[in-house]
Amino acid sequence: MTSKNPLVVVLEMLLGLCPLLGVGCGQANPDGGELLNVSYDPTRELWRDINARFIPAYEQQTGRRISIEQSHASSGSQARAVLDGLEADVVTLALWSDTDALRKNGLIKDGWEERLPNHALAYYSTIVFVVRKGNPKGIKDWPDLIKPGVEIITPNPKTSGNGRLSFLAAWGAVRRRGGSEEEARRFVTELYQHTPVLDNGARGSTTTFAQKKIGDVHLTWENEAHLEVAETPGELEIVYPSLSIRAEPFVAVVDANVDRKGTRATAEAYLQFLYTEEAQHILARHHYRPINEAVRKQYTAQLPDLELFPITAIAADWEDAQKKFFANGAIFDSIYKPSR
Amino acid sequence: MQHNVKPTRSTSRGDPWPVRWGLTLAALAVLIVLVLVPVVNVFYQALERGLAAYWHNLFGDPNTRHAILLTLMVAPPAVLANLVFGVACAWAVTRFRFPGRAILLTLIDLPFSVSPVVAGLMFVLLFGMQGYFGPWLRAHGLKIIFATPGLILVTAFVTLPFVVRELVPVMEAVGPEEDEAAVSLGANGWQMFWRVTWPNIRWGVLYGVILCNARAMGEFGAVYVVSGHIAGRTDTMPLRVEKLFQEYNTPGAFAVASVLTFLALVTLALKTWLEHRERQEIAEALASTKTKEKQ
Repeated sequence: MTSKNPLVVVLEMLLGLCPLLGVGCGQANPDGGELLNVSYDPTRELWRDINARFIPAYEQQTGRRISIEQSHASSGSQARAVLDGLEADVVTLALWSDTDALRKNGLIKDGWEERLPNHALAYYSTIVFVVRKGNPKGIKDWPDLIKPGVEIITPNPKTSGNGRLSFLAAWGAVRRRGGSEEEARRFVTELYQHTPVLDNGARGSTTTFAQKKIGDVHLTWENEAHLEVAETPGELEIVYPSLSIRAEPFVAVVDANVDRKGTRATAEAYLQFLYTEEAQHILARHHYRPINEAVRKQYTAQLPDLELFPITAIAADWEDAQKKFFANGAIFDSIYKPSR
Repeated sequence: MQHNVKPTRSTSRGDPWPVRWGLTLAALAVLIVLVLVPVVNVFYQALERGLAAYWHNLFGDPNTRHAILLTLMVAPPAVLANLVFGVACAWAVTRFRFPGRAILLTLIDLPFSVSPVVAGLMFVLLFGMQGYFGPWLRAHGLKIIFATPGLILVTAFVTLPFVVRELVPVMEAVGPEEDEAAVSLGANGWQMFWRVTWPNIRWGVLYGVILCNARAMGEFGAVYVVSGHIAGRTDTMPLRVEKLFQEYNTPGAFAVASVLTFLALVTLALKTWLEHRERQEIAEALASTKTKEKQ
């Protein structure tokens, strides 16, 4: 019967693909297991490199071949996804408060910072400026950002680590130069009036600035700044302000997940690897500031010395900063009006 | 209203030529700028560095390869689910009058009116670890959110209305008489469906399936929310396009985009062919009834 043909054909096509689904779901498990590293937005290239070095090193050491998967999005939403069930073995998020949110919900055990060297901080970073070639708007330091006609690109502090750090750096730039809280508030209020779009994550802002060519200055991670300048030859340049914030992307093993999946040993070895000299060099090559001072000294051309003030300069700690500036109804909500 | 107008002259021919040409050119210009140029540009950008580079961009990168495969795995089950649901649902609302029928018809349209991001979040809130079923699912070793089943679920959700919406008018136009005649002549339900109902609705079904599939493959927002962004595991083709673009791999992004655009063009071609087939069949049916009447 000709009338049956179309349906039969469609059904066969659909059913024929179904087994593929089952096959596709159960990925071939490497004998040593799989790790999922849930990280923030601009670290994709860094972790790709670190994974490529760690996997063979770990195999040599233990004889077990593992695979590592990466997930990247804005830091806040990544923390949220892990809470919602994304099975991260390790989280390498932008801000302490995002990692600590997992502890508050019981996924990470208390005292997680003490279980890794240097309070679970393997590298640090900061927020710098990227401007168009020749710096046509003459942007040298924080006060220049709110000159008339300057458009600033930076992500949304509500979702992004980069976004929150840009805010904190701007706030601290005023406070560290002797300004009052009121002056700091006025400065950031004006700064966000110069911000036409707030992307969700760091990489979204980079695309807006470097590829869509919107805005005059991009407040971004130091590593992201170097990457975007390298990727758009002759179009952009980096401006180091006189001071900025010391950003501390802590790393942690997600206890609840590794214990259920039986990947604790591998996950811990993975994070310990970050402290090795080899990994510290990889970090520096990707323009993250290694905590190993001897390694950092070799990269001062790319990672110049500048005053990096700690979070304690403007708040009691990272958690306090989160509450004071970014909680619902806190300072950011009171100064930011989306419609201009 | 138009009783006094002589019907011998069509109004369009009566319009002065600047109006005719002006309107036509304006419409053409809009089409060229908004549709033709971007579509051609996708293929141009993708193929700019030659076929070999294009091929490498598509199949050289394991994550891109996986994204293509994943899209081909996610769309068919979602479409199949909507096919079965669509036929059953259209049948129910056109053949029976029951309380809540109007509500059902409205609910079917819900996926069209809900933002895909919200649709994704709805599923995260249901099946996530902080949702109602998350802890139970995990206790039983099942994964929905941040895995392939979640991608299929949200895709099925956002494409739910296509088949039903296509079928309801068709089944309403056909009416229940032929089905009733078949039953009264002793056909069982299955026979009635395959021999009487199906031939009447098959083009409508296929049309709905094609549109549904096009949307299923192209869905971004809802899938983005439930994917977990794991490269090489939960990135479908549209998600992969965004990632490649953000990683400064513009040729790679355009290569994947060109595959999606190609699928859209295939959809368009199939759709046109189906419309043509349908018209042909109606014409044939009309012709055969006329000859029967003459006899």
